[in-house]
Amino acid sequence: MKNEELQIIINGLGENLEFTEEGSEYLTLTVSKEQLHAVCSKLKTEPDLKFDYAFCITGMDWGEELGVIYHLESTEFKHAIVVKVKTEDRENPTLDSVCDIWRTAEFHEMEIFDFFGIKFNNHPNLKRLFLTPDWVGWPLRKDYVDEANMIVK
Amino acid sequence: MTNQELKTKIKTEEYFVNMGPQHPAAHGVLRLILTIDGEIIKNVEPDLGYIHRSIEKMCERDSYQQIVHLTDRMDYLSSHINNEAVCLVVEKGLEIEVTDRVKVIRTIIGELTRIASHCLWWGVMGMDLGALTTYFYAFRDREMINDIFEETCGARLTMNYNVPGGLMFDIHPNFVNRTKEFIKHFKTKIPEYDRLLTGNVIFEKRTKGVGILTKEDAISFGVSGPVARGSGFSSDVRKHHPYSAYDRVDFKEALFTSGDTYARYKVRIMEMWESMSIIEQLIDNIPEGETKVATKAVIKLPKGEFYQRVETARGELGVYVNSTGTKNPYRVKFRSPGFSNLSVLNHISKGGKIADLVATMASFDFVIPDIDR
Repeated sequence: MKNEELQIIINGLGENLEFTEEGSEYLTLTVSKEQLHAVCSKLKTEPDLKFDYAFCITGMDWGEELGVIYHLESTEFKHAIVVKVKTEDRENPTLDSVCDIWRTAEFHEMEIFDFFGIKFNNHPNLKRLFLTPDWVGWPLRKDYVDEANMIVK
Repeated sequence: MTNQELKTKIKTEEYFVNMGPQHPAAHGVLRLILTIDGEIIKNVEPDLGYIHRSIEKMCERDSYQQIVHLTDRMDYLSSHINNEAVCLVVEKGLEIEVTDRVKVIRTIIGELTRIASHCLWWGVMGMDLGALTTYFYAFRDREMINDIFEETCGARLTMNYNVPGGLMFDIHPNFVNRTKEFIKHFKTKIPEYDRLLTGNVIFEKRTKGVGILTKEDAISFGVSGPVARGSGFSSDVRKHHPYSAYDRVDFKEALFTSGDTYARYKVRIMEMWESMSIIEQLIDNIPEGETKVATKAVIKLPKGEFYQRVETARGELGVYVNSTGTKNPYRVKFRSPGFSNLSVLNHISKGGKIADLVATMASFDFVIPDIDR
């Protein structure tokens, strides 16, 4: 399906859905964190969309905001979309988990928690995945400083 | 005391066992915390990070040419394909079209890499199940591929042959002949592999019906590569999103539907045949042309987001690059196949025996630096 057609169907799923396509090959949809779980759930179940394969889940630090980027594909129709969600709260960022929709999110959300400190509601086992439990700070954030282990150019 | 009385008096208790990080069946520093009841597995919890180097953070510091070198150290058995993924994403950002010669050479070496990787997997899979001979057979043949790489790229494992815009230098004059020799040799060897392991009764009993992964679970857990194709999930990036020269070759996607360890084994054996077929279609017609399109010494990607998917020997590798227009990327994410494949391990090994977990893990073909990054 073409991006334009996808956009028309997805527009019906919720209010205030924001589309961008700048500098990316995929149709990009930005949702608010309140909408995230409902929209994702519909993206997977809607018969014309069926985004059942989350092939990449990326944590992001945009400077002001933290967030997550979901790359989704439909194994049946072979169309793909990117969903972005942002939160401005850097002290205690919290988003809804999507691991009941795509089970792969379970590990990816643990990784994002480990590196960005984003907490996910309803995640079954949220903890540090790569780093030790007593690690201080969130290394992939832009404001992370570790003078001993990082070479800053 | 009767047996019945004994059963009520003696109770087994659930307890924890560490498998790894130094376990010979773990192929690297992966620690699995097993909760077991007798010999039955109740839960498998992977403990990662023993070889975590934060490659994604290092990428934010490095230039695009330097990033290519880091990716060798993720899935070291698919190093060429990892390099290719980064080069393709940079070329996508710069809107450079590499020459046909580059595309074909990249594809041939990529497929040789896949065969070498599957060879190692085959040897190690046999070894994990107690058949040490397979290891020597596989390494004998794998050595030939490594020699070809050494002659052309100067390195046997972490080749660094790709650069953004093409290849570091042209192929060695012997490359074509030696590759053909290898294909001729290897065609007689896979039937030997089959005679040794595929029809073996012990092997079949250890693998058939063990570690069954359904197609629905494979999709939901984001499983890719031979593991997904053993469950009937058609996930081959080379087929669905062709890159380099895969759109001009004819090959079958290895698909099996039973989803057990044996199916995953069969997928990889079939993939070796298909890889040889791809190489044969290309090796005689490597187009003439430049091996590198000139790029600026300092590569700056335009502002935006770029994503490239490639099929490594383990599955789908995705490279996400977010650029703000400077010489360093703002954020790089590697979606590694091993990481997503690992997430399904707990789900499919619950209720099985520890020995079955070893067989299942062997069929998943984990490379730990690929999981940890």
